[in-house]
Amino acid sequence: MNWLTEYVRPRIRTLLGRREIPDNLWIQCPACEQMIFQRELEKHLKVCPHCGHHMRARAEERLRWTFDPGYGLIELPKVPLDPLRFRDSKRYADRLREAREKTKLEDAILVGHGTIEGAKSVIAAMEFEFMGGSMGAAVGEGILAAAKLAVLQEAPLIVFTASGGARMQEGAISLMQMPRTVIATRLVKEAGLPFIVVLTDPTTGGVTASFAMLGDIHIAEPGALIGFAGARVIEQTVREKLPEGFQRAEYLLEHGILDMVVPRGELRSTLARLIRLLCTQKVESEAA
Amino acid sequence: MRHFLDFEKPIAELESKIDELRRMSEPEGMNIADEVERLNEKVERQLRQIYAKLTPWQKTQVARHPDRPKAGDYIRALITEFTPLAGDRAFADDAAVLSGLGRFRGRSVVVLGTEKGSDTESRVKHNFGMARPEGYRKARRMMALAGRFGLPILSFVDTAGAFPGIEAEARGQAEAIARSIEACLEAPVPMVASIIGEGGSGGAIALAASDCVLMLEHAIYSVISPEGCASILWRDASQAPVAAEALRLTAEDLKRLKLVDRVIAEPLGGAHRDPESAIQAVGDAIAEALGPLLALDSTTLKARRREKFLEMGREGLAQR
Repeated sequence: MNWLTEYVRPRIRTLLGRREIPDNLWIQCPACEQMIFQRELEKHLKVCPHCGHHMRARAEERLRWTFDPGYGLIELPKVPLDPLRFRDSKRYADRLREAREKTKLEDAILVGHGTIEGAKSVIAAMEFEFMGGSMGAAVGEGILAAAKLAVLQEAPLIVFTASGGARMQEGAISLMQMPRTVIATRLVKEAGLPFIVVLTDPTTGGVTASFAMLGDIHIAEPGALIGFAGARVIEQTVREKLPEGFQRAEYLLEHGILDMVVPRGELRSTLARLIRLLCTQKVESEAA
Repeated sequence: MRHFLDFEKPIAELESKIDELRRMSEPEGMNIADEVERLNEKVERQLRQIYAKLTPWQKTQVARHPDRPKAGDYIRALITEFTPLAGDRAFADDAAVLSGLGRFRGRSVVVLGTEKGSDTESRVKHNFGMARPEGYRKARRMMALAGRFGLPILSFVDTAGAFPGIEAEARGQAEAIARSIEACLEAPVPMVASIIGEGGSGGAIALAASDCVLMLEHAIYSVISPEGCASILWRDASQAPVAAEALRLTAEDLKRLKLVDRVIAEPLGGAHRDPESAIQAVGDAIAEALGPLLALDSTTLKARRREKFLEMGREGLAQR
């Protein structure tokens, strides 16, 4: 970092800030390249009205789109900052600070509780904008906290995944989040509650190979990239061209790894229906 | 031919000198005993010096040493009446995962191991120790069997990681690993995992979410290979030595972070110089770890195991 990047650029940006507003009104769909009016896109839950491409969504949007109005967020347990004192081209501590400034989140996960079409539930949503949604101790604690809250409230747990995998900057601590989050799924299941996973673009690596694949029900959004190993690693290993649509939601559905691929606009009603169908006893006793 | 690592060069030179002396002296009946002894002492001094301060990258080389004892070697030496069991009952048998029944110091056990192979033919056969979904599904089947008959589970972990292949993905590699981790955590019997070489990411934890995790002194255990980490974070795989340092993948660091339970000392110059003693040391450590676990009922075992993993990562190195 020098004087130029530290000081001058931010100031130039603030000067240009006003001119950026018109740009933000229109967004280009990365798939069909059509221009979409910002408000139109919001109305369609960030799905392109021209081609149906599902753009990546923020954790906050997941909660807002799924819950009935009036849901709450819970505070997540604090974890040690930069436990390994990891440094690549940047210090991990600095990367964390930047990610926090950029996303206004503590880490790559949000946990909320509320109702979906009247059925109470707990939702954990991962934030891909925060260091690629990578799973370190904070995300592990988030999943555990969500599971414990679900058990406490006798509510189903829904997790929206979006993650590049383990957070390398936490070394083997990030690896240990795999068994830790698997324990979280056990807590929910042992309490007789549904654990529903909604896999969104992208979900790979250690997140897929732990709690994300242990749902009672696996839902994915259309076109979402879901897998264990990265495409580049596979190509280098097997020296073959990857098949068309490889590791996409539809491919996984065909291979028996998912229950369904559901367009974003139908997610909320699908989740509500699943909860009602699974939790008959509770719903009935509450109605009586 | 013995395989020497780059930093073992001084030792290779000394030992070839010893060999040469022996060859020369044979026909002429020269008395070389003193000279050989002197050189041997020098070898030992050098080994002690080199191995006392291996860098994480050097340890990575030692952990991957071709002559290092493999899972199969441990099973042959430590398990009597070993009876291999095969197949995931759904698709195939995966030779990257060894599994079966046998006796460990007289006690009937279920054994699991990731096997890298020791020559070209066996490496290909075992897919270089990289398991496919059916390998983890077989492991899960074995753990269920152990639970049904109250047999302790011993696993020997030595893998670069789960196999990254098209078919492996199509058959649900991620789900297979997740279920295998779950099976470890849910096992109603004691489980002792030993990281004997490479503990590579998800492919390793799938067989190591156990009551007690033992780790050999020069083994490594990491969320990603140093090369993989370097090519992602440094955009340059040649930075692997730096990444190895940053990842804290050595037994010593992992013990300090409380992610493994015990570090087992290796013979001087690493397990590859004296496989037999290394294997016996691991055997002794397993016996010691297993003893107290056998006294616990399944509810207590599972609760303790969960608690152990839940505590992990709640403190880092930075606090000290």
